[in-house]
Amino acid sequence: MRNIIAIPLLALSVILQSTIVSQFSLLAGYADLVLVLLAAWALQKGVTTALQWAFLASIMVSAISHMPWLVTLVGYCGVVLIAMLLQNRVWQAPLLAMFSVTFLGTLFMHLLSFFSLRFLGNPMPFGDAMGLITLPSLLLNLLLSIPMYGLMRDLAAWVFPIQEAV
Amino acid sequence: MKDLFSRSLQTTIIFLIVGGILALAFGGFFSSFSNRFTGGLVSAQSWFAVRYQAIQLFLSAPRDIINLRAQNADLQTEISQLQTQVIDLQQRVSQTEILAALVDFSRANPESSYKAASVIGRDPSPFLHYIIINRGSNDGILRGMPVVTNQGLVGRIDAVIADAARVQLITDPASTVNVHLKNANTDAVLLGSVTGDISLDMIAQDATVQSGDLILTSGLGGGYPPDLIVGQVINVRKLDYELFQQATVQSAVDFTRLDIVLVITNFRAVDITPLIPTPSP
Repeated sequence: MRNIIAIPLLALSVILQSTIVSQFSLLAGYADLVLVLLAAWALQKGVTTALQWAFLASIMVSAISHMPWLVTLVGYCGVVLIAMLLQNRVWQAPLLAMFSVTFLGTLFMHLLSFFSLRFLGNPMPFGDAMGLITLPSLLLNLLLSIPMYGLMRDLAAWVFPIQEAV
Repeated sequence: MKDLFSRSLQTTIIFLIVGGILALAFGGFFSSFSNRFTGGLVSAQSWFAVRYQAIQLFLSAPRDIINLRAQNADLQTEISQLQTQVIDLQQRVSQTEILAALVDFSRANPESSYKAASVIGRDPSPFLHYIIINRGSNDGILRGMPVVTNQGLVGRIDAVIADAARVQLITDPASTVNVHLKNANTDAVLLGSVTGDISLDMIAQDATVQSGDLILTSGLGGGYPPDLIVGQVINVRKLDYELFQQATVQSAVDFTRLDIVLVITNFRAVDITPLIPTPSP
C-alpha cells in the first residue's frame, strides 16, 4: 500500500524537472531527474514495482513533453530493466551499480530519443546531439545519482520495512 | 606635678615634630618621598581595581551573553525577514519592468490583441525546445497562435489544455519560420537546431545579405503574422556551388530568460498542408 507514494513522488519529480532542473543546463544538456529516480528505485532491495513506476512516470512526462509517449515509455522501462539486470550482478557495490545504470540508462534514453526524433523528421546532427546534449546530460545525471540513491534507499526502507523475527 | 609637666612637654614635642614634618611636607621638601609613596599606592589600587573589574565581569558575563544571544537571534530574524522582503520586492520590480515593456509593445502594435502568460516550465527532454505557459483554452488560447515578447518572436502554441499550453520555440529543431530580410529585401527560412541556435537557409544566391540585417517574419505560409521581429544576421555563408546562401542568426529574444510572454490571440494559423502538391506515382 505504501507504494502509492509513487504518485506524489513522481509528480513532484516531473514538476521539478520541468521547472528547475531543466534550467540548470550544461552546454545544451541537462539532468533527467525522473530517469535517475527510476534507476535508483529499481536498484533497491525488495522493490518489485519499478516497471509500474516507469509506466506512471512515462504518462506524467508525456503530459507535458512533446516527445512521443511510446519513446518515453520504452526509455524509462529500458532504464528499469537495465537496473534489474545489473542489480544482481554488481552486488555489494550499490553505488557502482547506480553509476552503471545511470550511464547506460542515459545513453539508452538519449539514443532512443535521438533516433525517434530523426525518424519523425527532425533534422539533428548526431555529433551535436551526442557532444552537446548527451555527454553533458550524462555528467549531470551521474552527479545527481549519488544523492538520489541515498534518498531512494531511505524510501525503500520505509516502503519495505525489514521484518523482525518474532 | 613633675610627671604632669614631663607629659605635657612630651606631647608638645611630639606635636611640634609632627607639625614640623607636615610643614616640611606641605612645603615640598618631601616631594620625592611622597611621590614614591603615592605612586606605590596608586599602583596597588589599580591592581586591585583591575582584578575586581575582571572578577565582576566574569560573574556578570553569563547574564550578558544570554541577553546578547537573544538580541542576536532577534536581529537575525529581522534581517532574514528584511532579506525576504527585498527579494520579493526585487521580483516585483523585475516583473513590473517586464510587464511595462510588454504593455509598451502591445500599445505599439495595436492591430493585434494579446494575452499575457507566465512561463511555468520547459520540456523535460533536452532534445526539444518547448515551454509551458499558464494560459489555456479557458483563456481563448488556440493551437497555432504566435507567441511573442516585447523583444520579438518566441514561437507558437503547439498544444493546449484548459489552463495551460505548450509553446514550440523557434529554436526547436523541428521549427521553421518564413522570414523576410528587410535590408536585402529577400525571403528566407529560419531553422531551429538541437543546440538552440537558429540559422537562415534558402536565401537566394543573388541577394546581398550583410551581418546586422534585421530579420522579420514574412507571413508566408500562414504560420505567423508578418513583420514580427525575429533577430539579426550574424554572418553569412555563401558558396558558389550551393543553391542558396545560409546565415547564422542572433535571436532578438533571450530564450534562457523567458518569464512572461504574450500570445497573439487574434491570429489564426492557416494549415496549408493539404495545398502542398504530393508527387503522383
